[in-house]
Amino acid sequence: MQPFTPFTAVVAPVDRANVDTDAIIPKQFLKTIQRTGLGIYLFDEWRYADPGEPGKPAAARLPRPDFILNRAPYRRAGILLARANFGCGSSREHAPWALLDFGIRCIIAPSYADIFFNNCFKNGILPVVVDEATIDDLFCRCDPQAATAPMAATVDLAAQRIELADGTVVHFAVDPFRKQCLLAGQDDIALTLTHAGAIAAYEQRRRVEAPWLFADLAG
Amino acid sequence: MRPRTLLDKIWDDHVVEELEDGTTLLYIDRQLVHEVTSPQAFEGLRLAGRHARRPGAAFAVPDHNVPTLGRDQGITDPVSRLQVETLDANCAAFGITEFAMGDVRQGVVHVMGPEEGITLPGMTIVCGDSHTATHGALGALAFGIGTSEVEHVLATQTILQKKPQAMRVVVTGALGLGLTAKDVILAVIGAIGTAGGTGHAIEFAGPVIDHLSVEGRMTVCNMAIEAGARSGMVAVDPTTLAYVQGRPYAPTVGQWEQAAGAWRTLHSDPGAVFAREYLLDGSRLIPQVTWGTSPEMVTDIRGRVPRLAEARDAAQRAAWDKALAYMGVAEGVAVEDLAVDKVFIGSCTNGRIEDLRAAAAIAQGRRVAGHVQALVVPGSGLVKQQAEAEGLDRIFTAAGFEWRDPGCSMCLAMNADRLEAGERCASTSNRNFEGRQGRGGRTHLVSPPMAAAAAVAGHFVDVRELL
Repeated sequence: MQPFTPFTAVVAPVDRANVDTDAIIPKQFLKTIQRTGLGIYLFDEWRYADPGEPGKPAAARLPRPDFILNRAPYRRAGILLARANFGCGSSREHAPWALLDFGIRCIIAPSYADIFFNNCFKNGILPVVVDEATIDDLFCRCDPQAATAPMAATVDLAAQRIELADGTVVHFAVDPFRKQCLLAGQDDIALTLTHAGAIAAYEQRRRVEAPWLFADLAG
Repeated sequence: MRPRTLLDKIWDDHVVEELEDGTTLLYIDRQLVHEVTSPQAFEGLRLAGRHARRPGAAFAVPDHNVPTLGRDQGITDPVSRLQVETLDANCAAFGITEFAMGDVRQGVVHVMGPEEGITLPGMTIVCGDSHTATHGALGALAFGIGTSEVEHVLATQTILQKKPQAMRVVVTGALGLGLTAKDVILAVIGAIGTAGGTGHAIEFAGPVIDHLSVEGRMTVCNMAIEAGARSGMVAVDPTTLAYVQGRPYAPTVGQWEQAAGAWRTLHSDPGAVFAREYLLDGSRLIPQVTWGTSPEMVTDIRGRVPRLAEARDAAQRAAWDKALAYMGVAEGVAVEDLAVDKVFIGSCTNGRIEDLRAAAAIAQGRRVAGHVQALVVPGSGLVKQQAEAEGLDRIFTAAGFEWRDPGCSMCLAMNADRLEAGERCASTSNRNFEGRQGRGGRTHLVSPPMAAAAAVAGHFVDVRELL
């Protein structure tokens, strides 16, 4: 995982609530056995007029010109502005993989579905939570029709602040452990394996209390 | 000692270590694995030179991609085939038991686990699938995880978690004839919304839940995630113990009494405090039908699709407007006036034997409407075998339903079973999201008897009229 360093990127607004993971990455693309290459299928059904299939070349697709990520400045968006309960539905980590592969490193929304929220951190994406009123204000400021469009922003995780190009500053809270992992680009598994002694001790104690849970280790 | 919730009890039993930042290193008793969310996890282990810490605690089954027709010819789609073959190879390499495509135990992972006794009360269970909540019906703490966490659990047999808050949904009264567990959970989601349980584990309780079979409880817990809760759970009672006893991986004679004794304590103590509670009167329920593109967009068979003017605010109005357009339904239309093109009976929500029996009871002696294609996809090979032993397959095929091989099938349309653009489907699955059952497809979630009733009537109809 890449360490999460401050970056500046265009903010793409997706103005609908309850955006589900089937919308973020439709099921036919879950057949991949890799983590990369999903960016071209991000929001596939909203983004293209033709049905998408794995391996269909980008040149053969029919992009919908009105979809935000198909418009020139937003094709390079690095920040997604979203509404409540973003990422609801399935546990597919393909959703954050597709966002990351497209170039999205930060999402700003009032709330997220739990599994998606967790999956973002595991992949170096920062899901920022801010209140509804701030979100409404950000949607106005990042409106693609506004004279100031496209709006860019700088995300600084260490300082827990986002600064829009118009000078607006948004401060946000983040879990200290998750912040540390993102900043360091840390591998959770290596960290947990430093607790291997505690895991073994738990198993030893638990095998006595509840031996039926360890039938695979019997004999 | 302070009264504890069912969640507290299972959680406390699995704490390996509390870390300084309030995260818990939680021990995982079981990991269930399928082909879609595991290849990148195994690849991660391989790249890091790691092994599976306890391969005997994991069980795998291919379900999302498998065909439900012509299985003897294998999987024709090369991309799907590669994913299933990758699972076979990874299980062999890492020493994990797999019920592969030719095995009679193969089926939807959340049907297979409880059926085999791999799911047991009091366990912590994870799977790279959000419908893992299903297993909580047996008094377990079960939740869906992402692929990075699949890899983490394979490598360490633990997961880093923050404890969810406990929420209780109490369903009072008694269900009327023709009403099912599916109607209960759809009504709950309609009331609390798709984010109503976010951050919580929902314990379902009350007389209606007590009287449900374990299979019915699975249907309820399965869709906890559709209310935003990663886990649904139900206390252990004699119904639970009777269900578990004698299953292939359940404790046998020597350990049964000890296990059952421990399991009998798996209920919330009187006076245990829940962060949230919601009460539903089960006696007043009418068969439920979703009308939109989120499970919370639900009404009953006597109802109408809402009018935009009834929306509580601008955001809901905008969401309804998009949903009505996608679904091709006019505001205010009666649900019974919606004609269906396809019917899907199956999935981890409603693909078990009792679901098939309930649907077959409606299909018996009737015919699927001429313009409707109706699929019955058993949840596992063993469910299929049982149904055939009871003659359900012959009831379905005589009525014009197609009798298929087990898998996830049209619930998410990763195999060949899918809706075409504009087609309307009465489905016993769990999600009516845009494109879920096929690009442009229109899904209405219902119970198995309601789906069978829609198949024979050609439109949604109150199943109670057909009983």
